Amino acid sequence: MLAFTWTQFWQQVVSGLSDGSIYATLALALVLIHRATGVVNFAQGNMGMFSTFIAWWLIYQETGPGLTFWLGFALVTLMSFVGGAVIYGVVIRPLQRGGELAIVIGTIALLILFQGLAGWIWNPEPKAFKSPFPNSQLHIGDVVISWLWVGTILVSLGCVAVVFLFFRLTRTGLMMRAAALRANTSRLMGIRVTLMLALGWGLAAALSAVAGMMAAPSLGTLDPFFMLSVLVYAFAAAVLGGIDSPIGAVVGAYILGVGISLLSTYVNYITVDSQLNLPVALAILLVILLFRPSGLFGRAVVRRV
Amino acid sequence: MRRLIPTVGLRAIPVGAAVAFLATYPLYHSNVETLKFTLVGIYLIAILGLNILTGYSGQISLGHGAFIGIGAYTTAILVDKTSLSDVATIPLAGLVAGAIGFLFGFPALRLHGVYLALATFGAAVAFIQLVQSVHYQSFTGGATGLFYGLPKNPYYLTWGIAAALYAAAWLLVHSKLGRALTAVRDAPIAAVSSGVNLALAKTLAFGIASAYAGVAGSLLAIRLGSVNPYSFPVALSILLLTGAALGGLGTLNGVVFGALFIQFAPDFAIDHVSKTAPEVAYGLILLAVLFLMPGGAGELLHRLGGLLKKAAKPLYSRTADRAEAVVTSTRSDT
Repeated sequence: MLAFTWTQFWQQVVSGLSDGSIYATLALALVLIHRATGVVNFAQGNMGMFSTFIAWWLIYQETGPGLTFWLGFALVTLMSFVGGAVIYGVVIRPLQRGGELAIVIGTIALLILFQGLAGWIWNPEPKAFKSPFPNSQLHIGDVVISWLWVGTILVSLGCVAVVFLFFRLTRTGLMMRAAALRANTSRLMGIRVTLMLALGWGLAAALSAVAGMMAAPSLGTLDPFFMLSVLVYAFAAAVLGGIDSPIGAVVGAYILGVGISLLSTYVNYITVDSQLNLPVALAILLVILLFRPSGLFGRAVVRRV
Repeated sequence: MRRLIPTVGLRAIPVGAAVAFLATYPLYHSNVETLKFTLVGIYLIAILGLNILTGYSGQISLGHGAFIGIGAYTTAILVDKTSLSDVATIPLAGLVAGAIGFLFGFPALRLHGVYLALATFGAAVAFIQLVQSVHYQSFTGGATGLFYGLPKNPYYLTWGIAAALYAAAWLLVHSKLGRALTAVRDAPIAAVSSGVNLALAKTLAFGIASAYAGVAGSLLAIRLGSVNPYSFPVALSILLLTGAALGGLGTLNGVVFGALFIQFAPDFAIDHVSKTAPEVAYGLILLAVLFLMPGGAGELLHRLGGLLKKAAKPLYSRTADRAEAVVTSTRSDT
């Protein structure tokens, strides 16, 4: 056990904020889908994983087109947006007649389908995924912070902010919120609800692509399974903040990211390779479900029967 | 009871054929072939539990693979550390997995819908980390796992237990609890108003499903002679759910087809689809089941049974035909 130093403390906080940003992006995607379609999308993580593989092919693979990182990033985000909307139209929409259970099983099918597809097309061997940020470090007093952390935080927060502003400031955003809250009323008001829900799925897919492309450089490698654990953290974050609250999901993600980063440093459950982070996230998830099921920012749903 | 007898009578033929087939299978097949059917029996037990949970109570478990793992590790640790015989550990494995499942179900109850799926997904992902952790290495053997015996082929043991658990599942879904579960699935508010304890029914269903998984895991551990953390990946849980959906959720008729699928689909997918990523096939099949036959093999069998009944109608129900003719003619009069 090392002696406590503020330098190390702040380093862990920034590292946790960087992880939290990735969870926040994916958690926001989960919340968007949950509000719009009423289900938890289990394929959300692997949709991001698949997008990240496309990015790897566009940017790093020798036989690929060899784009610069940010061009590839923008292109993949756009492609994911279209892909997400198409998935809604082709797979989810037809299943909505079969009820919640059918949709959830459908998203599970997509989860395993994307995992298989990525392994099939690019083979499951881990691939190197380099960081797009400078390798040098930032010195603030004694605290040494890598640009990777700062970059991850800025990019993820930027995307999250764009989504929030889109919902707040644009007409389409307003229509999407209306369609998600009161589908029938919106339809009567002339809003094309199906189109709005498809846009919601597209936005969520774009967000999960960003989460994937930010998570892969932090890990350094890319394989078909790397988003599964990120998905568990994002679930825990979304439940912590309240599964229907977008702001809650983002705040929950940062609490979780920093919390786990500090826990793994100062609580001696494992020091070297932080192997028990996932069980800790799971325990947090279960404890919140037990004691405050609506989350920190959510409202308890009261229904008249 | 009198109402049950005709149902049993009609089913005696396929059931008898299946029993005869399974009882004599090892006599004229090699050990390798028999071993495959041992695994079919093990998967059958696991899917039975999953079907009670998903098909009858409308909850999804994405962590069934982890509960099989809990059962397998219970047997492995008991055989490794105590003098218990491996067969004696089977009920204990079922109890341990069932108890953990029962406790696990409580938090998931607090939210409507499919939050159990969420929690169990977490369990499936966390399970591997937990068992391979160096903290419990003295118990679980860490990343290398445990070795406590030679691989065996408990064919008759597996199918004996599978038959007993199938009968138990049948009795369960036709019992008061079974009706309560179906009510909880179809109309939770009406079920509560009629005096069903929603929380208890849901958690019990999860406990029972986990106990089935535990027994399956225990048999798997006996069959393998060793366990390691990587035998129970998330993909196993999803494969089990695919098998359950393919067999037919909410009916026990087609369960065996789900089990056959789980045993033979991976080989097929590896040979014909992709060596590196057979999961593509599972995803496509699961989607195909959802779109083309949401009732799974069970529903197909049910329809087939209906057709057979129609074909055999002249044999047993001329009176019914006449009665029907009377009814139709009266209806056209009015």
